Amino acid sequence: MEQKNNTLLIYTLLYFAFLYIPVLFLPIFSFNDANYMSFPLSGFTTEHYEEMWAKTNLHKALWASIKVGVVASVVSTTIALFAAKAFARYKFRGQNISYGAIMIPFLIPEIILAVAILVIWLSLGFKLGLVPVTLGHILFCTPFAMLILIARIEGFDFSLEEASRDLGENAWGTFYRVSLPLYLPGIIASLLLSFIISFDEFVLAFFLTGSDATLPMYMWAQMRFIQKLPHVLALGAVIIVFTTFIVLLAFWLRNLGQGKEKAEFGIKIHE
Amino acid sequence: MNDSFIQINGISKHFGNVKAVDDVSFQIKEGEFFSLLGPSGCGKTTLLRLLAGFEYPTSGNLLLDGSDITALPPDKRPTNMVFQNYAIFPHINVEKNVQFGLRKLGLTNDEIIKRVKDVLSLVKLEGYEERYSSQLSGGQRQRVALARALVRQPKVLLLDEPLGALDKKLRDEMQLELRTLQKEIGITFVFVTHDQQEAISMSDRVAVMSEGKIQQMSSPNELYKNPQNIFVSDFIGETNFLKAKTDSKDGEYINVNIEDLGSFKIKNNLNISENASDVICSVRPETMMIDKEKSDWDICLEGIIKQTSYLGEMTKFYVETKEIEKIITVSSQYFDNQSFQDGKCFISINLNDISLLNKK
Repeated sequence: MEQKNNTLLIYTLLYFAFLYIPVLFLPIFSFNDANYMSFPLSGFTTEHYEEMWAKTNLHKALWASIKVGVVASVVSTTIALFAAKAFARYKFRGQNISYGAIMIPFLIPEIILAVAILVIWLSLGFKLGLVPVTLGHILFCTPFAMLILIARIEGFDFSLEEASRDLGENAWGTFYRVSLPLYLPGIIASLLLSFIISFDEFVLAFFLTGSDATLPMYMWAQMRFIQKLPHVLALGAVIIVFTTFIVLLAFWLRNLGQGKEKAEFGIKIHE
Repeated sequence: MNDSFIQINGISKHFGNVKAVDDVSFQIKEGEFFSLLGPSGCGKTTLLRLLAGFEYPTSGNLLLDGSDITALPPDKRPTNMVFQNYAIFPHINVEKNVQFGLRKLGLTNDEIIKRVKDVLSLVKLEGYEERYSSQLSGGQRQRVALARALVRQPKVLLLDEPLGALDKKLRDEMQLELRTLQKEIGITFVFVTHDQQEAISMSDRVAVMSEGKIQQMSSPNELYKNPQNIFVSDFIGETNFLKAKTDSKDGEYINVNIEDLGSFKIKNNLNISENASDVICSVRPETMMIDKEKSDWDICLEGIIKQTSYLGEMTKFYVETKEIEKIITVSSQYFDNQSFQDGKCFISINLNDISLLNKK
């Protein structure tokens, strides 16, 4: 027994090492006082971070990523909320097909999605920029948002909404006073994850940005010059910390109150 | 009191090919405790949901206190509902749950506070204002649901099997309490249940439903003593069905040949014609007598006890007789499962206790 536990423990440690050691090199080298990535480390410095912060192009790219991320996450979460509600609440004809249709962008290789949007966008005579990137990100984030929201809304006791209507609230009042507060942890989790997906997305941005770079585009452009590598490492380290924090927050929110309500809804008796 | 406070006129509700409610018409009196009783899938819940406005009828119309409510959404109807699972809002406390429906009534703050206080005291929930649904027992949740509906002072309170989730002891208590409460506040109650004992013990009138139609609508007494058809007779309480054939009519009586027992003159409540030939006689187990000796009742049969079940306040005997094909169920408060050592017994029936039903 003891033996077996050790084997599993070693396996687990190896697995985490495989997952995270490459990622850990980024922060380590970002504090290294050298212009290239190699051992031995040659001393501690925060110079790369100062250098990073001084780049005005980076600020522009960061701002572009935030704009795209906020719009994409709000729009995709809104679309996904209505869709998730319809899927969880009603049984209708073509339910499986429409569910599949929403999920497909999740499975299509991103590059195909990107090329398709590029071709359509240009043939319609529009200019490349952040607008087509945002549209692409909405398409790409909606399936993620759906998965999160369906998990939250499934098992929701819809007689709560009927009770609200019965107590004199109209459809909007019911949404605002009953549905929204109860879906809220799921909605916020969906907003955060959609934002992160958009924030980290490269392929769609690569094809559709034109001259307005998003942050991943900026990083990619910088990495062609060896002397610019250190501040990209610093930027990468910051993004890793930020992303990890947001994802953990999103998962914590998604599960918030779930246990309590499950017990609550558990008493539902079906005729 | 208004005898046609709620008018249900030719209401049908179809879900695809299923006729959940099939051309039903009746009226409910003001201040009445009215029950819709039937097995699962009989349409009683659909009918209640039509009254609440959660469903709209395929045809027919609904009038409440003289005005047509058929097309009104639930929030525009002067009805409130106690849900089967209570549907207490989990994100707000008891007090806020009860206040929930008062927002749109245009009351002053003081009025709201007073109403909430009064209704919580009515349902005996003072001191629970700050609790959340997850901190309440089943019985307390039920009271919150009741308070939340009553605080709006609806014209009609709709109750969808509200006692189904409670254990037996609490259910019996709540039955009494609900009944007392209804008499006290005088609001019309429409109560849905599949439990015939519950419907009979609480209601002024009961509508027994099956397959989307009303089978019989009358007082609980009438329902038990004079069932209109086999379904009602079978669904309400327990009974024995005996096959019979009609013979000549004699005023309010009719001569009937019961299985192999011979010809008897039985009261013809349903005015069955002499040509109906095949009919059914229903005899309740508790109207029969079981004894060790022969009796001088209208019918007395010798039998063998096949099985007994002891229920405390009475004992049920399942008796086989030469004359009747089926095992007859007789209940007795006088004898119990120890009384008949050899299983030999006599069962006696009075003709007055036989009700005659049309064979479907």
